[in-house]
Amino acid sequence: MTNPSKKRKKVTRKSPEINTALDLTDTSGEGLWIESGFTMFVWAFALATAGTLFWISAIIFKDAWPAISNFGLSFLWNPKWDIGELQFGALPFIYGTVISSAIAIIIALPLGLSVAIVTSENFLPPWVRSPLGFMVELISAIPSVIVGLWGIFVLIPFLLPLQQSLFDNFSWFPLFSSEPLGPGMLPAGILLSIMILPTVAAISRDVLLSVPVDLRSASMSLGATRWETIFKLLLPAASSGIIGATILALGRALGETMAVTMVIGNSIQINQSLLAPSYSIPAVLASQFREALEPLHIGALMYLALILFVITLLVNAVAVLLVKLMGVKGAKN
Amino acid sequence: MTQAQKSNTILDAEIYNPLSLSRTLFSRGMTLIACFLTALAVLPLFAILYKILGEGLTHLSWEVLVSLPAPVGVEDQPNGFANAILGTALMVGIATLISVPIGVMTGIFLSEFGRENKAMANSIRFITVILSSVPSIVVGVFSYALIVVTTKAFSSLAGGFALGIIMLPVVALTTEQALKLVPTSYRLASAGLGGGRFQTIFRIIIPSALPTITTGILLAASRAAGETAPLIVTALSSQFWPPLVDKLGEIMQSPIGAETISKLKEIPETLLTPTPSMSVLIYSYASSPYKEQNELAWTAASVLLGMVLIASVASRTVTRKRLQNR
Repeated sequence: MTNPSKKRKKVTRKSPEINTALDLTDTSGEGLWIESGFTMFVWAFALATAGTLFWISAIIFKDAWPAISNFGLSFLWNPKWDIGELQFGALPFIYGTVISSAIAIIIALPLGLSVAIVTSENFLPPWVRSPLGFMVELISAIPSVIVGLWGIFVLIPFLLPLQQSLFDNFSWFPLFSSEPLGPGMLPAGILLSIMILPTVAAISRDVLLSVPVDLRSASMSLGATRWETIFKLLLPAASSGIIGATILALGRALGETMAVTMVIGNSIQINQSLLAPSYSIPAVLASQFREALEPLHIGALMYLALILFVITLLVNAVAVLLVKLMGVKGAKN
Repeated sequence: MTQAQKSNTILDAEIYNPLSLSRTLFSRGMTLIACFLTALAVLPLFAILYKILGEGLTHLSWEVLVSLPAPVGVEDQPNGFANAILGTALMVGIATLISVPIGVMTGIFLSEFGRENKAMANSIRFITVILSSVPSIVVGVFSYALIVVTTKAFSSLAGGFALGIIMLPVVALTTEQALKLVPTSYRLASAGLGGGRFQTIFRIIIPSALPTITTGILLAASRAAGETAPLIVTALSSQFWPPLVDKLGEIMQSPIGAETISKLKEIPETLLTPTPSMSVLIYSYASSPYKEQNELAWTAASVLLGMVLIASVASRTVTRKRLQNR
């Protein structure tokens, strides 16, 4: 036996019939270069995707720094936002974001749960059930600017008489204590509930379907009616997934921009009445960034973006983990 | 009547009518309520579609699709939003160029390399899911800080970059799903025939998953086409053709030579100017006081919604069919 590398050259070039002497431990072939290069590429790109999240936070934090160092944490509860005086506080926007999202959740949760129950139970024939689920999911495909357009021209005129009668009859109640103008907190909350409904419905449905059939068979065979099974067994068993779905929907509601910007009325004041116009963090980012010139103003907007980013990050992380607890794929959408 | 007979009649009643009235009523009532609430949930979809078909399609014409926006008040000029269609296509194109290579590679990592690095794959998947839920306005602000501030111009590049970040996690996660649908036996067969990992993935797995990956990309692109918030803070809008379109037109007309090359060199600059898009046009025309602009907003909405819904329905039916075939 001579030098193996010499032998290999001869084999590949000249005589294919001695291929049986091929050295399988060889690590110098061109295929291996492709192989390890490809592996490196895949790793690099995967890490790049994950790194984007950190990149976003680093850049926004860097640009928010002038405002953070200037206002500190009191930015969070300062109600004053005056561009002329360069006084900036986030409270009106945080208030608007939180309240409009809360209205959205309160409306979307029962609706979404009933869609989930109706599409996962069998009291409707399959040819009604599956298009129904499909249609609800289609709502999430409608661009939010189109939902906003519909909100301006259809929902607000439709809600105005309703809001007016709420004001006329219940103006002693703090939530309805101001004259409705059209745009305001209530229309924004209702529009948001339409947009987050598919999230609640789709994930809750997956979670309900993933409850083992044995459990419900046992419940039904002990004489429970369908709705007793749903209330006493299915919903408790699926509760962590449903809570996860709700929190995920909350995350979407907090960050939803266009539809809210178009119907919330964009007014920088905290008003306890739901009929009054308000503002939200995404809305102020969308409407003031173009005109922001002062570095401190830009910094304050970046600070708001950072707050929104951190809140939605936490909310979504909790939601994804909760839904994962149920072992359901739906969380990925 | 003996005690036994008495209990027999009760038993009879229970057999033929096992449920008490209150339990029956509760069950029926809840079914009704649930069906009513579900109908209520589907109502907005129909209301939106009805309004858009009614308002949008009546004003939809060829003229609207091929002409520039007319100045307000000018009656005798064709009014349309062709520039916005091209601007949207341009920015979604940039976004696709950015997100598809990175996203598909990440999907390959999650599906093919994730088996031996479970912890790593799980954390990257988790971060990708979180990335997909970052509010789009935050992505827009990020792109503003990164590109608009450094180049000192609102531009289609910044808009396309923001849309690319929004598409990236969607592409990555749908690619992973698509690759997972490919049976393991394919991988084993390829490996058994001596195929390396690169060959297995690019010759066997990707080709057989290609239709699903493509629909995933289509879905991500159609979602990006409807995004407005990131474009408002990055690309703004304009009343004219995207400059790139003008530049390409000049290049097509000019004789091949030194002039062409000098014009090709100007292309990067044309990406650094404000660019119109369908979604921003809808936003600004929706709040306009002029009736003809409101009508144009509805028409643009019908075109955009048509594109988005077709892509969405098509990709859903294709993936559903593939899932059922297995």
